[in-house]
Amino acid sequence: MTEAPNLAYIKELASGSEEFENKIITILKREFYEEKTQFSDNYSLKAFIKASENVHKLKHKIGMLGFDDGYQTTADFENGLKKNNLSLYPKFILILDTIEDFLKTL
Amino acid sequence: MNCIIIDDEETARLIIQQLCSQVEQLNVIEEFPNAIQAIKFLNQHHIDLIFLDIHMPDFTGFDFIQTLKNPPKIILTTSDKNFALEAFEYECVVDYLLKPIALPRFLKAIQKAESTKTPEVKDKTEDSSSGISSGENDLYINIDRRLIKIDIPTINVIEAKGDYILIKTQESNYTVHSTLKKIEEKLPEDTFLKIHRSYVINIKRIIDIEDNSVLIDKDVIPVSRSNRPELMKRLNML
Repeated sequence: MTEAPNLAYIKELASGSEEFENKIITILKREFYEEKTQFSDNYSLKAFIKASENVHKLKHKIGMLGFDDGYQTTADFENGLKKNNLSLYPKFILILDTIEDFLKTL
Repeated sequence: MNCIIIDDEETARLIIQQLCSQVEQLNVIEEFPNAIQAIKFLNQHHIDLIFLDIHMPDFTGFDFIQTLKNPPKIILTTSDKNFALEAFEYECVVDYLLKPIALPRFLKAIQKAESTKTPEVKDKTEDSSSGISSGENDLYINIDRRLIKIDIPTINVIEAKGDYILIKTQESNYTVHSTLKKIEEKLPEDTFLKIHRSYVINIKRIIDIEDNSVLIDKDVIPVSRSNRPELMKRLNML
């Protein structure tokens, strides 16, 4: 894992608005945890199409937090899930865990 | 430009709002977490531009576009590159933004939207809010996103039922989300007449008339006192 999450995109979008920054981080955290939980549940149940929909939503957040390679890995994992190809699961989980640790610091 | 945002992700809606706030000519009127709510809103409000997510549960962005008779300009927003080709099959789609959306790319999309002509109204006789459109002898009604053609002379009676109307023809009955006033405007005045606040009838289909009712097919339709003189005037009496 060479990439680390960052707030560069959010800060650029905020253009100095602390209010916007706080608001989007609050919503981002809530949605991230919800989507991660839904993904884990669907994946455990082998509901891979539903899991791919969760991954689709998480992909946006992964991109927002500055992952480029991680974004592509997520896109490939999303497509793989639709074909029951689970090979990228370990890499994807690593990205999610890294983000989760990062969000705890905010 | 008055615009709305449709996206099931709250994060995405907030980002688009923030991007819009940096463009003076954009005015975000409303935002929706799903397309169904937006359809109801669009029936009552004029909008110049929609920011529309493609990937939504139950009802996708493309499903949404297909329900619109006269769609405004649409900028699609998505995390999926694979829909780009399909997106531009719709005349109303002016641009396709990949999430996460950066400000310079967003501004380019707005410039495109401003320089693109609004899609033309397809049919001058169409009323997108009534669920009804008409030609000379045909009446098209919108039921479950299907346009069904009715031959106007075959209509016997139309009955108001709350927010809906029941159209009874010689062949079938149809329930449509509309009003008697709207359908009256689409029907020939010499053949159709309102004889009660809840009924418009085809006077050519009358079998007989009693004091305060008419018989059409097997239906007895009430005639209100105030509408009776006009009905009597229309009849060719011996």
